[in-house]
Amino acid sequence: MTLGSVPILQLLSVSKRFGATASLTALNLEIETARTTVLLGPSGCGKTTALRLMLGLLKPDSGRVLFRGQPLGAEELLQARTRMGYVVQDGGLFPHLSALDNVRLMARYLAWPPQKVAERVAELAHLVRLPDSTLTRLPRDISGGQKQRVALMRALMLDPELIFLDEPLGALDPLVRAELQDDLAAIFARLGKSVVLVTHDLAEASFFGHVLVLLQEGKVVQQGSIDDLVLRPAEPFVTRFVQAQRRFDAGHAAQARP
Amino acid sequence: MSRGARRVVATLLCGAALASGAPRDAHAESKPVRVASKAFTESVLLAELVTQLERAAGVPAEHRVGLGGTRLVWNALLSGSVDVYPEYTGTLVDEILSAEAPPPRPVTRAWIGQVLARHGVAMTEPLGFNNTYAIGLKSARAGELGVKKLSDLKSHPELRFGLSSEFLSRRDGWPGLRERYGLPQTDVRGLDHDLAYRALETGSIDATDVYSTDAEIPRYGLRPLLDDLQFFQRYDAILLYRLDLGSHIGDVGLRALQRLEGRIDAAHMAAMNAHAKLDRVPEAVVASAFLREAFGVRAGTVQHSATREMLARIGEHLLLVVSSLLAAIAIAIPIGVFAARRPRTGEVVLAVVGVVQTIPTLALLVFMIPLFGIGGRPAVVALFLYSLLPIVRNTHAGLRGIPTPLLESAQALGLPARAMLRLVELPLASPLILAGIKSAAVINVGTATLGALIGAGGLGQPIFTGIRLDNLSLILQGAIPASLLALAVQGLFEIIERKVVPRGLRRAATP
Repeated sequence: MTLGSVPILQLLSVSKRFGATASLTALNLEIETARTTVLLGPSGCGKTTALRLMLGLLKPDSGRVLFRGQPLGAEELLQARTRMGYVVQDGGLFPHLSALDNVRLMARYLAWPPQKVAERVAELAHLVRLPDSTLTRLPRDISGGQKQRVALMRALMLDPELIFLDEPLGALDPLVRAELQDDLAAIFARLGKSVVLVTHDLAEASFFGHVLVLLQEGKVVQQGSIDDLVLRPAEPFVTRFVQAQRRFDAGHAAQARP
Repeated sequence: MSRGARRVVATLLCGAALASGAPRDAHAESKPVRVASKAFTESVLLAELVTQLERAAGVPAEHRVGLGGTRLVWNALLSGSVDVYPEYTGTLVDEILSAEAPPPRPVTRAWIGQVLARHGVAMTEPLGFNNTYAIGLKSARAGELGVKKLSDLKSHPELRFGLSSEFLSRRDGWPGLRERYGLPQTDVRGLDHDLAYRALETGSIDATDVYSTDAEIPRYGLRPLLDDLQFFQRYDAILLYRLDLGSHIGDVGLRALQRLEGRIDAAHMAAMNAHAKLDRVPEAVVASAFLREAFGVRAGTVQHSATREMLARIGEHLLLVVSSLLAAIAIAIPIGVFAARRPRTGEVVLAVVGVVQTIPTLALLVFMIPLFGIGGRPAVVALFLYSLLPIVRNTHAGLRGIPTPLLESAQALGLPARAMLRLVELPLASPLILAGIKSAAVINVGTATLGALIGAGGLGQPIFTGIRLDNLSLILQGAIPASLLALAVQGLFEIIERKVVPRGLRRAATP
């Protein structure tokens, strides 16, 4: 726990607002090293905004974002981003490039030797269980689940310390979703990286998360394990949120066990 | 080949050498006199007379045929890209000089000379005809009635008039004329000009309004009546030339200009117009025939084969389109990128580029003349300006249209802005950018035809000559290649699209 006690990323009293929607007020948040943190909450709670602030895609109105204890200035940002990976909901693959070229875009830009690029791609394809034939295809010719695998490869290409995933399974059908969920969990466990995952789904959050952060209207309502949220809710809202999702799950369970 | 024929050929060759080759060598280092004409037959004929007289005097000369309007030629003269052009005193006063000084009435030539001198311009004595409004009757009918001048009409109230609607309504037309001469005729109706000639022919009217040197006057056997009370403004044909012309072509050249003074009467001018316009004899040939008859001058005319002519025009046209388009691409894409990067300033940039597009082509060409003279350069600049909008707008739209998740994915990779533009944004915007370039190119092929109005040549040359001479086949000689060129450009861009636009974007792309 010596390493884990140093937060890899911190939001210190960060505020951000755009008009009425998705704004954050004096948010404090620490992302622990080598753990999976899940940002959880209803639509518009600010979880995606928090994620974009961490990546430096947005500048906070006030407060500070620290990566390994250092503030992210314009110059450090590019450098820091090569140590982060980002996967968006539908993969965010560049449609003009093949899956392979998407994956190796940054490595090529950094002028890695071709041999090293090829080895890393092969390694990642094996890790995410993507067949070689898929790598040569264009994004428009690949299924949704495989797009996410390619996107994950792209995010992992430079072997980042921190990986961000914004609802990575949100657009997938249940079967593909379940399969990918298992694979992602295995990959995270194997790589031992720091992961930040955004979802509105409590089951998914509990499946992945060491630490769950429940947000409501731009504030952290409760931070802890799934047991903390279920058994020791900090506010009535936590209970409401948990029960709303549980009821849905219970319904499913009842159908599955007649 | 018989001996006689051989001698004829030898004479022709010598003549050609004398007329063109030899004098040119003598003045090898001096620039040629640049004679310009406006886009109507009489102006082209007069300018052709000047050109051939200069050449006959040993001064190299070139004729910029059919420039697009009074202002345009005047500006070209002031800026020094034209040395001489034929003009009419009335036009000069009304359209150019009265804007800067109220002219005295009646206008004197001395006053005109003074105002011209302020611009470094001089004019010759009148060439001998006054191309103004006139009332024309069939010569036979006029003879029967003994009518020679406008005041004679007073005693013939029974005459039926068919007048063009413009003449009927202009204050210096029928209303003023009737008042000045106290004309008693009551059967006066509006009639299209072409119909009026036919109506005269069939005798359903007796008189119509004409210009005193109209080609139709000799053709229909009309007699223009003398304006004995001097009601109509005078449109004496004169030559305008730059005061510094003498230093440039010498006394010989100036004297050659002055040889035309007082030598062309209205009947001869009308006959030349008829030959060129109705008989479709090339202006250069009509002009040299007149010079031979009036001055005994053997002037050479250079006739190119139709195919060579056409190829030259297509070449000029392509040069205009390609050079302006390349320049536009080089400038417009960076502007589009800039506009997309800074939305506020971008709005302004787009608006400015959009305003350029709304300037009528001819007006833009006129603006260009003081800056770039006449010929290819101003045309390329104008086409360049017109090409900017589609390319800037599409570059801007293409970049702004990239979905945020893609942009953020690229940013999150750690790509610097420049690399992101090159590797991600421009490729993603390429279908739209290319569509913009394509529409600029197609528009350019069409607009470049107007280049002929400022002496840039191109396929507009046969089109405008055809319009001037009412010669459909000539118009088609320009219009058909121009349309084919536009189609070819379209096809070419489909090929380029296949090469440039990444495969993953092709079907999704809607221009």
